[in-house]
Order: sequence, then C-alpha cells, then structure tokens
Amino acid sequence: MSTTGTTEAAAPAPVRQRRRLDRRWAGLALLLAAAVYAPFQLVPFHVFQLTMVLVYAVALLGLNLLVGHAGQISLGHGAFFAVGAYASAVLLDRWDLPYPLTLPVAAAVAFLLGLALGVPAMRLRGLYLALVTLAIAIFLVPLLKRFEELTGGSMGLTLAKPQPPAWSGLAEDQWLYFLTLAVAVAAFLLAASLLRSRVGRALHAVRDNEIAAEVMGVRLSFYKTLAFAWSAMYAGAAGCVYTWVIGFVSPDSFTVNLSITMLAGLVVGGLGSLAGPVLGALFVMFVPSIAQDVNDAAPGVIFGLLIIVVMYVAPTGLAGLAGRLTRKIPRKE
Amino acid sequence: MLEVHDLTVRFGGITALDGVGFEVAAGEMVGLIGPNGAGKTTLFNCLTRRYDAQSGTITYEGRDLTAVPPHAVAGLGLARTFQNLGLFPRLSVRDNVLLGAHHRGRAGFLSAGLRLPRVRREERELRADADAVLDRLGLAGVAAHPATGLPFGTLKRVELARALVGRPRLLLLDEPVNGLNAAEVAEFAGTLGAIRAEYGLTVVVVEHHMGFVMGICERIVCLDFGRKIAEGSPEEIQRDPAVIEAYLGTAA
Repeated sequence: MSTTGTTEAAAPAPVRQRRRLDRRWAGLALLLAAAVYAPFQLVPFHVFQLTMVLVYAVALLGLNLLVGHAGQISLGHGAFFAVGAYASAVLLDRWDLPYPLTLPVAAAVAFLLGLALGVPAMRLRGLYLALVTLAIAIFLVPLLKRFEELTGGSMGLTLAKPQPPAWSGLAEDQWLYFLTLAVAVAAFLLAASLLRSRVGRALHAVRDNEIAAEVMGVRLSFYKTLAFAWSAMYAGAAGCVYTWVIGFVSPDSFTVNLSITMLAGLVVGGLGSLAGPVLGALFVMFVPSIAQDVNDAAPGVIFGLLIIVVMYVAPTGLAGLAGRLTRKIPRKE
Repeated sequence: MLEVHDLTVRFGGITALDGVGFEVAAGEMVGLIGPNGAGKTTLFNCLTRRYDAQSGTITYEGRDLTAVPPHAVAGLGLARTFQNLGLFPRLSVRDNVLLGAHHRGRAGFLSAGLRLPRVRREERELRADADAVLDRLGLAGVAAHPATGLPFGTLKRVELARALVGRPRLLLLDEPVNGLNAAEVAEFAGTLGAIRAEYGLTVVVVEHHMGFVMGICERIVCLDFGRKIAEGSPEEIQRDPAVIEAYLGTAA
C-alpha cells in the first residue's frame, strides 16, 4: 500500500503525514495477521475470550461514534446490545432463520430503535441525556422478562451455535472467532471511512463547537440523531454476534451494569480514537476475569480503581497514552 | 442583495436591536460600527439565524431570511466569521477549512461509510478547493496543525479561509482585525480587498479599528443602543455629530 512518491519531497508536511498513515496501515495489517494466526495457537477458552473482545470492540466502536466523535453521552447502550442479541435469538429460535441473516436484521432493528429514541433524546444534553439513556437501560430488563412468549422470560433462550462448514476444517470456537473477526473488521472499516469523510468532520464539529457547526451548515439534530442511531446499530450488531458466540440470552446478561461497563471501557480505551474501542474491549474483557482470580469480590473494586488510575495517568485513555509513547516527535514544528 | 427592515430583538427587558434598517447592494463593502453593546453582533446573529427577531424583516437575494432554518443559511451563500474565533480546536486547520465546504457536499452516513465513488470524487474536489484557499491565504504550512495554539492573526485567517471555501456571496466579518498589530491590520486589509475582487464578494464588516473600517468600506452604518444613528460614506460618518457624540469622540 506504500505509494509515497519521491516527487512529493517538496512538500514536507503532507509527506510526513502520509508516512505516518503508511505506518499506521502497516501496523493494522500486522495486527490483522496476528489476529488470524492467534486462534490456531491458543486453547479454545482463550479463543473464546478473544472472540468476546472482538464482540465488545464492535459495540465500543459504535459507542465511540456517539461519545468520542459526536460528543454526546449514552449510559444506555447495553440496551441496544441486548436488542440485537434478542433479535438474533428470537429469529433463530422462532423462525429458524439462517444465522448470517440475523445480523442485518438485528442491526436494522437496533438502528430503528436508536433512531426512534434518538429523535427525542438528542434534544437533551449533558446530565439530562445521561439520565434518559440510563432510563432506557433500566427499562429493558423488566421489559424482556414481561414478553415471556417471545423472549423466554427470565429463563432466557438457549440456542445452537453456528457450526463451522466442513470445508473450513475449523473447530467451533475457531469458526465463531473468524465470524466475529469478519464482523469486527467490517465494522472498523465502515467507521474509519465514515470518520474520514464529510460526515466525520461534521460530527467533530458538533462535538467541538455547536454554534460554529451550525453556521457551517451542519444540521445539529440530524447528525446527533444519526450518530445515536448508528451507534445503536453497532451495539445491535455486536449483540447479534454475542448470541452466536454464547448461544444463550437472558435478561440478566444485559443489566444496567453492561451499559456502564461499556462506557467506562470506552473512556479507559480512549475516546475519539480508532484504537480506543479495541483497547477498551480488552480492558472490559480481561480486567474483571483477571481480578476474579485474585478474589471473588475483587473485580468491581479493581475495575473501579483501574479506571481512576487510568484517568489520572492518561486522561485521553490508553489509546492516547500509547500515542504519546510511540509518537516521540512532538506534533508542533 | 441584503435588506434589513425595522429589525427589533429583545432579550427580556433589554432591547438589543430597535427598529434597525439598512440595505447592502451586491459587491458593496459595508462597515458596521458603534460602541460595545450597540447590537452589531446581535445583528449578525440575526442574519445567520441564531437569534429570532421579535419584529422586522431580513431579505437576502429576494428571499425572506427569517423563514430559513439556521443550518440552511450557509447553503444560500452567506458565510461569517466570529468575534472571538469559532474554530474547532481539536481539528486540523485543513479540516476546519473543509467544514466551511460542508454545505457543498452531499455524502451521507452510509455513502461515506462505504466510500462510494461519488463520495471519493466529492471529497477530492473539496480537498482541492480547501488546499487552494489555504494556499491563497498563506496557510498551507500549518494545514496539518490543530486549529489552536497558533498566532491569533493566523487563526483569524483560518476563519476567513473557512468562510471562503463555502463560496459565499455575502461575507459577514465580526471584528476581523481585533487583536492584530498595525502591520497585520494593513496586510489583512490588502488581502481582504484582493479576495473581495477575486471572489466577487459582498462584505459586511463589524470592526472597532477605525483606520481599517474607514479605509476599506464604501459605506458605514453606525449603531448605538440598538438604533441606527447614522449611515453614509466614511467622510460623512466621521463628520456626523451623532456618531462623534456616541462613539468616535472629539479631539481634546
């Protein structure tokens, strides 16, 4: 991909930027290669853990669109995750839909719900928006228990996991991992192109200075609402993949805790950066389970303490910290 | 091109604009002066639809501007700069300028996410335009720099570049030389004059720097306590007793 021509040597600034971009793409390619290689080297449980990291990464990528890039807050994205998970589960359970088809449907359902809730919610800001989105997450669990016919009530639904096709020669955990990886890569590319475009700039403008954004012709309500709907869609897609991977959904998997953990993970990973959601997903997945080994009561405490530490040491999140460590050349001059 | 008629804006008990009316013809450069709190920026905020007027009309190119939603104003060829900078500090200078061209683009969430060919073409065109404007204003060297931490005069030029890339027909400048030194003011006056001719702009400029306003504007409107107290050529304004009383002051 490296096409930096020598003809551009006359303009130093763009070239430096281009080189940084090239290095970035090279880093991503290396990461992808490692991600493809990993499931053949790890025991199934660790493959499962990595799969879950990717599931969370998809959800956090979406949340990042809203929180990190458009500058709005949501304490309720666990609800959209749950809606995606349940949409997929119900489709598999009731209609025996082939599992790949559940992904677009789950994403679309979450998108429409995000749009419907985003229209009123995005008129609010700050604490009020936080409260309303939190209310969405709180409402959901009793709602899922209520419609027992469809959702299986508090018992939840148990489903068969997608089986690897014979030609692939993969084990179940590896197949699930690659399915999730494919979804995560697609989600990443979609978000990356979106953010580098006119739409991404408009979202950043809304975040940085609403008044000036409007003077530039950015329609605030449109961009806020669509950012909300898109991030809901990402959460829904992640929820759908979650159902594939776990093979079981129940209301208690999607409590308010999930929403708060997602937001905390994203903030720790790094708001507004592309690496942030991935680092945040690692944090969400591994910190509680490592802490569990220390002491049964430890996860919550260690999770909370680590968030405080990260916020002190790296206010821009782990992605910001990594950026500062690798980028030794100062940005200015 | 622009007709403001009997414009009144009240905030609670304060009347910020009180029956203000004036006209701007296409191609003109009009200065808007007056003491602090006279309503100059309020007037700009009405023109860009940030504030609603209690009464009065604003007609722009024959269209009733008060019926246009705020985000659609830019699309009508009306751009402005801000008194205390309205830049996006976390974005690069180039991205700031590209935002000025936002209303010219069509890419939506899905088409941008999928990088459709027409989106890429549009983006290429906008980037070429933005780079041309950056070049024209001598900002190419700082294009990748975040739009913060640069000299104030440079940031003012970034705002001007951002306004220009939207291809405006009417440009509203709110204290463009505020905070610049004498040499920078002279340079800015030269740049503005040249750009106005190149882009065929109509300009309304709010400014306290009398040398700048009197030197560059063909006509001046003076506001005081929300009322228009005088209008005329720079010479007439400088001799106007009401303006001297309210704003310019007399030589000791």
